[in-house]
Amino acid sequence: MSKAQAAIVGAAETTRIGVVPDMSQLQLHADAAINALADAGIAAGKIDGLATAGEDPVLLAHYLGIKPTWIDGTAVGGCSFMMHVRHAVAAIRQGLCSTVLITHGESGKSRVPAPFFPWPPQPMSLVGQFEAPFGVVGAPTMFTIPVLRYLKTYGISLEKLAMVPVIQRQWAALNPKATFKDPITVDDVLASRMVAYPFTLLMCCPQTDGGGALIITAPERATEFSSSPVYVLGSGEASETTMISQMEDFTSSAAFRSSGAAAFKDAGISHHDVDHLMIYDAFAHLPLYGLEDLGFCGRGEAADMIAEGHTAPGGSLPVNTNGGGLSYMHSGMYGMYALQESVRQVRGIAPAQVPNAKISVAHGVGGMFSVSSTIVLGNLVP
Amino acid sequence: MDKGKRYVPTATPETKHFWDGTRQGRLVLQQCRQCEHTYFPPRPFCCKCGSRDVAPRECSGRARLYSYVISHRAAPGFEAPYSIAVVELEEGPRLMTNIINVPQTPEALVLDMPLRVTFKELSNEITLPLFEPQGEAS
Ligand SMILES: [Zn+2]
Repeated sequence: MSKAQAAIVGAAETTRIGVVPDMSQLQLHADAAINALADAGIAAGKIDGLATAGEDPVLLAHYLGIKPTWIDGTAVGGCSFMMHVRHAVAAIRQGLCSTVLITHGESGKSRVPAPFFPWPPQPMSLVGQFEAPFGVVGAPTMFTIPVLRYLKTYGISLEKLAMVPVIQRQWAALNPKATFKDPITVDDVLASRMVAYPFTLLMCCPQTDGGGALIITAPERATEFSSSPVYVLGSGEASETTMISQMEDFTSSAAFRSSGAAAFKDAGISHHDVDHLMIYDAFAHLPLYGLEDLGFCGRGEAADMIAEGHTAPGGSLPVNTNGGGLSYMHSGMYGMYALQESVRQVRGIAPAQVPNAKISVAHGVGGMFSVSSTIVLGNLVP
Repeated sequence: MDKGKRYVPTATPETKHFWDGTRQGRLVLQQCRQCEHTYFPPRPFCCKCGSRDVAPRECSGRARLYSYVISHRAAPGFEAPYSIAVVELEEGPRLMTNIINVPQTPEALVLDMPLRVTFKELSNEITLPLFEPQGEAS
């Protein structure tokens, strides 16, 4: 295993998640940041690096009273926060800053204001010319397009696809903060309102309000903070295309494969080292692509792996233990919540705690299979 | 864009030949003269070998249905349910489109079914390439 690259010394979500109409997007960022600073036991003045997406980092720094000497505004969708972790590690190692705050906040439900989503696109953009004219209306009609090819290639039924939200709801039932906790069946999933065939409502994430923040520093400084540190062991990032129609292989994400392999290599771990896994799940097919493209099973085998209970409570590879984007919450850019659950699991404080979880992988996606980033976290200094 | 008004794209210098083609009822991609790679979307260089030595290539218009969804929510200019599809052209590249002149149902829209291009005028400048089953009368 590789050496610890950085330590997460503060981690928190917003004071409330779900429906938070009394907080603006900016305040959701700030609320999460204040909670993370409290977790770390430091004042905002100690922060000298700031990374965020969906909000202007300069505005946010001033709002929080921070004077950063390193700023990262990488905004490539939901996995931006994984990339911020990776970039912060590099910046800290390079001596550009010493203590980085990463924030997320999004008023996905209450819309104070509505999350920035570049739709409709510019009529001269490539998406504007070659995708938007065909009646696509954002993620539910774009991110979903590859799945029929995937299902046909591997001979997988819609019932098997429907098992993804069913199993994740089992995890959500163990999490008091989850948006949806009531058990659901395959029949419930398939009978729910059709959004974009073959995706029914229960195969799509909700839109909620919330935020989260992380504080990152050099591993040797971890003891200066009041929290129990979580170490960044490795990371990866990769991009493919912003046009879903131009994704090279509709049965596998090139960005997932590249980012995942890089993170495992960087961390010096193999799959059997992983105790806990988060796979960004805006829609039901993402855990299938994630499990396969990260190499936890062969191509076309993920649906069986999930249906047989391997990723469910009590299974050998617990996945999306907060209930996932499908049942926990999904503000729009979910990556921060996947990271927060990975941190909770290796700290041993998750609502649905995996016994003795030492290594967790958080795998994110941005856009519609456009881009990806993967973070490996652990609770021991290797 | 007004709500309720159908989305109309705008050509750029690099894509104008494509939209000129569809306006004349032709589906024109590009091919590299160095490595013979045929590609989409348009750009004045080869995305495989980097050569600027590329030429227009008119396609047969034959394709197969590669993947799709059927949207159940109306969109400006679209009555639900309607298909949003990706087709694979005989020449290799894939593009997003709508499948028309066929019921918008999973039973009628079968993956790999043979399709052919047809054209729908949106404005004086822009005509969209749509696809229909090869067996249908146009
Ligand atoms: Zn070439």
